[in-house]
Amino acid sequence: MNKVKSLADLKKMKDQLKSNISLREKSENPEGIVQVKVAMATCGIASGAKDVMDFMVTNLEKRNIDAIVTQTGCMGYCYAEPTIEVTLPGQDPVVYGFVDLKKADEIIEKYIKQGELVDGIIPVNYETIDKK
Amino acid sequence: MKDIALHILDIAQNSISAGSNKIFIEISENPEEDKLILTIIDNGRGMDKEKVLKVTDPWFTTRTTRKVGMGIPLLKHNAEQAGGAFFISSAPGEGTRLTAIFGLSHIDRPPFGDIPGVVSLLAGANPSLDFIYRYSEGEREYIFDTREIKEVLEDVPLSEPAVIRYMKEMLEENLKIFSENPIIPRQTK
Repeated sequence: MNKVKSLADLKKMKDQLKSNISLREKSENPEGIVQVKVAMATCGIASGAKDVMDFMVTNLEKRNIDAIVTQTGCMGYCYAEPTIEVTLPGQDPVVYGFVDLKKADEIIEKYIKQGELVDGIIPVNYETIDKK
Repeated sequence: MKDIALHILDIAQNSISAGSNKIFIEISENPEEDKLILTIIDNGRGMDKEKVLKVTDPWFTTRTTRKVGMGIPLLKHNAEQAGGAFFISSAPGEGTRLTAIFGLSHIDRPPFGDIPGVVSLLAGANPSLDFIYRYSEGEREYIFDTREIKEVLEDVPLSEPAVIRYMKEMLEENLKIFSENPIIPRQTK
């Protein structure tokens, strides 16, 4: 049986992680990071936002895309959950609605990799209830 | 909410919005009393008496993007439906403490869900905050503490995907020890 992972093993990984980070910082401009925010309020979670976030974290790493995946609160698009906001370097954020794993995959392959817009964008001028 | 892990993810979000920097999450299984107790304690700004009374009301929310707040009412409902109870206490400046008790063997008790995934996501998505997760079953316990991890990692951030993956696997493997060697509850008959 394999030994259970512990903090000691993480210590061994630390130097490798550090060199990965410094390599990345040197090779690209610091602004070159893709930002993905997953809406994680009750509405998002109940519609499967956690699976989408898992998918994003795992697959962006697997596909060698330098990205930060974080969570955000409810953006008022409860009807369209799960929603994610993607910010490509130097561009305005784009919000996608009804993101399932298939859509998430499409967003990575088409929008994040090639900058090509994908169906399912929620217009930024959409009004939330407090603005009406 | 399909499982307890998703409730944790949801409720922890309240703690984060309340400006907490340390969030303690505990699941305690008590086979002797047939209870499962979920406790979440934060050090956020807390709430006054009036607000504490209102949080279990689905028509109450602090946010302005929508008019309902279902997180706590859903957790309360799930706990009560599983033969349990729900308590919340808070005071301004003193953080909030929330307890949900479920009947462990109750047919309506939600399953655990992906606890390792949720805890590692919370830690990775909020690298500036500290999360402590304690799981106990009778006398046995496992404690996951991001403060220890940060000490080991020094300047490598917890948001690093490889670190998130590692935290998840570490939690999975350590929690598996419990599920593979269950405590057999004493026969009450």
